[in-house]
Amino acid sequence: MGTNHTTKHNFAQQFEFSGKVKTWSVLAVLLGAGAVAYGFYSGHAERTFANLLLMAYYFTCVCAAGAFFVALQYVAQAGWSAGLVRIPQAFAKVLPIASLVLIGIVAAGLYSHNLYHHWHADGLTDPNSPHYDPIIAGKAVYLNVPFFLTRLVVFLGIYSFFALALTKLSNREDLEGGLNSYKKSIGYSAVFLVIFGFTTPIWAFDTIMSLEAHWFSTMFGWYNFAAMWVSGLCAITLTVIFLKRSGYLTWINDSHLHDLGKFIFAFSIFWTYVWFAQFLLIYYANIPEETVYFYKRWEPEFKPWFWLNIVMNFVSPLLILMTRDAKRKESVLIFVSIFLLCGHWLDYYMMVMPGTVGAERGFGIIEVGTAIGFAGLFVFLMLTSLSKKPLVPVNHPFLEESLNHHI
Amino acid sequence: MSKTKYILGHFADPDEMMHGIDKLQENNIPVYDVFTPMPIHGIEDKLGVKRSRLPIAAFCFGATGTLTAFVMIYYMLVYDWPMNIGGKPAFAIPDFVPVMFELTVLFGAFGMVGTFFFKNHLFPGRAPRVMDLRATNDRFIIAIDAQEVKDAKKVDSLLKDAGAVEVLHNERKYVSYE
Repeated sequence: MGTNHTTKHNFAQQFEFSGKVKTWSVLAVLLGAGAVAYGFYSGHAERTFANLLLMAYYFTCVCAAGAFFVALQYVAQAGWSAGLVRIPQAFAKVLPIASLVLIGIVAAGLYSHNLYHHWHADGLTDPNSPHYDPIIAGKAVYLNVPFFLTRLVVFLGIYSFFALALTKLSNREDLEGGLNSYKKSIGYSAVFLVIFGFTTPIWAFDTIMSLEAHWFSTMFGWYNFAAMWVSGLCAITLTVIFLKRSGYLTWINDSHLHDLGKFIFAFSIFWTYVWFAQFLLIYYANIPEETVYFYKRWEPEFKPWFWLNIVMNFVSPLLILMTRDAKRKESVLIFVSIFLLCGHWLDYYMMVMPGTVGAERGFGIIEVGTAIGFAGLFVFLMLTSLSKKPLVPVNHPFLEESLNHHI
Repeated sequence: MSKTKYILGHFADPDEMMHGIDKLQENNIPVYDVFTPMPIHGIEDKLGVKRSRLPIAAFCFGATGTLTAFVMIYYMLVYDWPMNIGGKPAFAIPDFVPVMFELTVLFGAFGMVGTFFFKNHLFPGRAPRVMDLRATNDRFIIAIDAQEVKDAKKVDSLLKDAGAVEVLHNERKYVSYE
């Protein structure tokens, strides 16, 4: 009560990125590059592109979730998270690179006709062509290559700008102190959240939903947002726990973990809510142009994975994280976070694969290799940016509250 | 001194009150209860208050709600009066989910509020039982059961030393709002 914990912790300590983690993350990136090269040389160009899109999107989403987390804490003027906010900030700092990777893969897939060929092919919008598709022609005003790429670049550019602006303000706060940077961060965050809220659904429509351009669902954007937020929270929790286990972040106690666990638990249920809302409306209305999406995923090829998706992303967090004790235990949170990160990979897999490779989908070197490669890339870039700053924003106005966090 | 039922130590400051609890516990004087106008972090651990079992009640009520909804819809839509709605089978589980979800929330919420009221003796029209009115305003109060204390004078001096602004010897347990 009212005691000052500052003396107990070493706030000047910086994360040192070296040793095993560095070696393994570089090896993972090389492994991923090898798997992608194998995919192209063994004649699976389309499948490799589908995997690249999946992982690049996942990677960007996790980084964007970091920026979203930081902005959310500022807008809510949250105190509990002040001691761990440097981790989502490190995620946010990787966002520009992740965005470039995603834009590169989308553009390469688009122009090489490996992705988005459902709406991007010769003659689709030409009434005299044998390939004429009246539905695609009707959507061409929105779904055309220049506008599509412009949207992607503008959205990701705006997210990256705000992500960097927020981390920069936090750095300035470290040096100058005072409330100026904090107040500015609130303003930036509020603007960012409004833009982010309105544009992430469009981002999801463009990057993922347009793979099956005939089909549409207005819930799809929120569904993707929920997946993004849960996987981002899991990545944050994992990073926090592993840092704590390696002797950093000594000030993080089980109450902080409890809050992160509650977040994961709540948003797993939110994910299910949105997933089910989309499913129920389509099932109930039973309009062929809408049911086609679930029809594909209900074929024997995908049906077991369709069910596994629900079990992994809803049933398991619901049952495992329901009690208070479970949310406060590091080992349980590590298990659930890794499990959910795999679960949301499957979730994205179920979004991407039926519309791209369909029955020629697979699960082998390409899938696993690409996933490991991107995970390694994320860990490498995130820990590199984390190691450049002290692990705690020493002049954060609510730092003391975070150090004494108790629920 | 025998008529005294409860000794109440009034504190103006929560830290001094926490200090007072420490002093009493060091001298093996059992604390009956503590009343504060706001939540004090860490006080449950200090007093050894057990964790609330409200979540267990919530789970039971929620599960009851799920089951009630399932039985209700099953009876209405499958057993009693099956109807063809949009060509769907009578026993179409996706249709059941929203109602089951909503009744889970409804039962869980009302059940928890009801349990809380029941356990705390709060009912509409009933005067709440409080040991001291100022505990709801500006005083942090430690209550000690006088029957369990041999030397009341020692308790008084311990409380005063810890910073109590006032020590009351009450002959009734509760003062109510009536």
